[in-house]
Amino acid sequence: MTDLTRRTAADLADALASGETSSVELTQAHLDRITAVDGAVRAFLHVDAEGALEQARAADERRAAGTPASGLDGVPIAVKDVLTTKGLPTTCGSRILEGWMPPYDATAVAKLRTAGLPILGKTNMDEFAMGSSTEHSAYGPTHNPWDLDRIPGGSGGGSAAAVAAFEAPLALGTDTGGSIRQPGAVTGTVGVKPTYGGVSRYGLVALANSLDQVGPVTRTVLDSALLHEVVGGHDPRDSTSLDQPVPALVDAARQGASGDMTGVRIGVVKELTGEGYQAGVQARFDETVQLLVEAGAEVVEVSCPTFVHALATYYLILPAEASSNLAKFDAMRYGLRVYPDGIDAPSAEEVMRATRDKGFGDEVKRRIILGTYALSSGYYDAYYGQAQKVRTLISRDFAAAFEKADVLVSPTAPTTAFKLGEKLDDPVAMYLNDLATIPANLAGVPGISVPSGLAEEDGLPTGFQVLAPALGDDRVYRVGAAAEALLTERWGGPLLDRAPDLAAKEAVR
Amino acid sequence: MPERRTAPDEMISREEVRHLADLARIDLSDAELDHLAPQLAVILDSIKSINEVAAADVPPTSHALPLSNVFREDVVVPGLTAEEALSGAPEVEERRFSVPRILGEEA
Repeated sequence: MTDLTRRTAADLADALASGETSSVELTQAHLDRITAVDGAVRAFLHVDAEGALEQARAADERRAAGTPASGLDGVPIAVKDVLTTKGLPTTCGSRILEGWMPPYDATAVAKLRTAGLPILGKTNMDEFAMGSSTEHSAYGPTHNPWDLDRIPGGSGGGSAAAVAAFEAPLALGTDTGGSIRQPGAVTGTVGVKPTYGGVSRYGLVALANSLDQVGPVTRTVLDSALLHEVVGGHDPRDSTSLDQPVPALVDAARQGASGDMTGVRIGVVKELTGEGYQAGVQARFDETVQLLVEAGAEVVEVSCPTFVHALATYYLILPAEASSNLAKFDAMRYGLRVYPDGIDAPSAEEVMRATRDKGFGDEVKRRIILGTYALSSGYYDAYYGQAQKVRTLISRDFAAAFEKADVLVSPTAPTTAFKLGEKLDDPVAMYLNDLATIPANLAGVPGISVPSGLAEEDGLPTGFQVLAPALGDDRVYRVGAAAEALLTERWGGPLLDRAPDLAAKEAVR
Repeated sequence: MPERRTAPDEMISREEVRHLADLARIDLSDAELDHLAPQLAVILDSIKSINEVAAADVPPTSHALPLSNVFREDVVVPGLTAEEALSGAPEVEERRFSVPRILGEEA
């Protein structure tokens, strides 16, 4: 029954509730799909067939007893390998954590288990979430299901590719500078970065604490809302977790799906369009804005002048936080330990140096060194101190823009998916992928990326980003769902229906 | 101008990268230094514009949505057992983390 894998999570939840299918059947269908296509896509670092089926059987028993644990009980999910999972390896795409079995679950993962979602496996990512292509994974890149020679975005390329290739109906990602939204854009899927603090970071292996957020990776806006409501909410184990109820996101997505945008003010951010954006990306963006206007939205142009410095700000704050976070990989308590060559009875420090050289990849080393530099005396004021001040200015730009508009919109990523290897040794070119997504992380505001079509010049997916004020996550769902509904109607079906048939491709190989 | 600003115009040198890697406890080989040092110089060049953006009176932001006085009830909750805490350790001895020598030969 490969058909099951093409359906949305919302639809599958209904099918489980009505008894049309079982969680075991559903989970097995996705495991079979993984077997069929993941040799080519490589979205997963670890597949847990046995564990997932066991959880599926338990879900079926709950459904049979009339006591489902949640609306999504029995709908399987994939989890980015940066979230700790008890009894399942968690590597963060790094050699330094190869084979590490965390003794505890991240809160977001614990919530999945409580809600009864079988965990299919762990998805590939750039090492410690540093990257925009998954090419910085120590275990090899993930391939874009639209074109296997191209990147699936990053850092969460594994989660995005898994849902795009119908290997999972749902996935969890994390977004520090665009790692959920940019992969969504280049794979034709939906991704949401919640308001900072909206989803617990407990058990999320930190890249940059003040920027990281866990969020949903799905094929539809409604599915993201359903998953967001499962994992969101206050967690006393995360001191930055917001002690506020999760907004009514599913309701907002359903309201948006009606396509009525009357009274909604949409701000087009001047600094996030035009120059530097691929023609086909810009064209699909302009069309989407036009559709929203035809549906009743009022469009205004807003200017956020400090956004042009967002990338530089981010590449100071992130490495500074990361260099400090990654100091914990010291070869003493967990993870890799490497003894240096040619030294008898090496000291702990010598072991540490050798381990960190062997265990970390190039991008991680670059950012640790950059962060160490930015935080060192003599440079602190000029770099890190300045970046923190510019961060204030970026938040002020957002505040001023949200006076004029209910949501802000832009293309999610400046280009479509590029070829694997193309930017691997050009860090600055790689960083430019996150141009439009980074401001939201710096200011802590929520954002969504929804598919906006295919670029004419290369036939590859493009993304439409919607940003809202902090705690206004419901707005990104409402406007995201409206854009999705209007575009899907125009296309005559979901964008992913136009992606190549991977199973057929595999059979030919 | 009470605030001292270092002008970070100069390119980062190979020796400086070696020193920073040393501070970060990463043994970089000569080949790695050859590879990484020029890339870091390019990255630094691309972000140095930040130096002139914000006026001295702009307050810094460390967290976009800062919370203060985050307390919890002072109650005991279960933590990891010793076995769980040691489960990922590279070496264990007598239910403890076993580490290489910490002091130098001369100490």
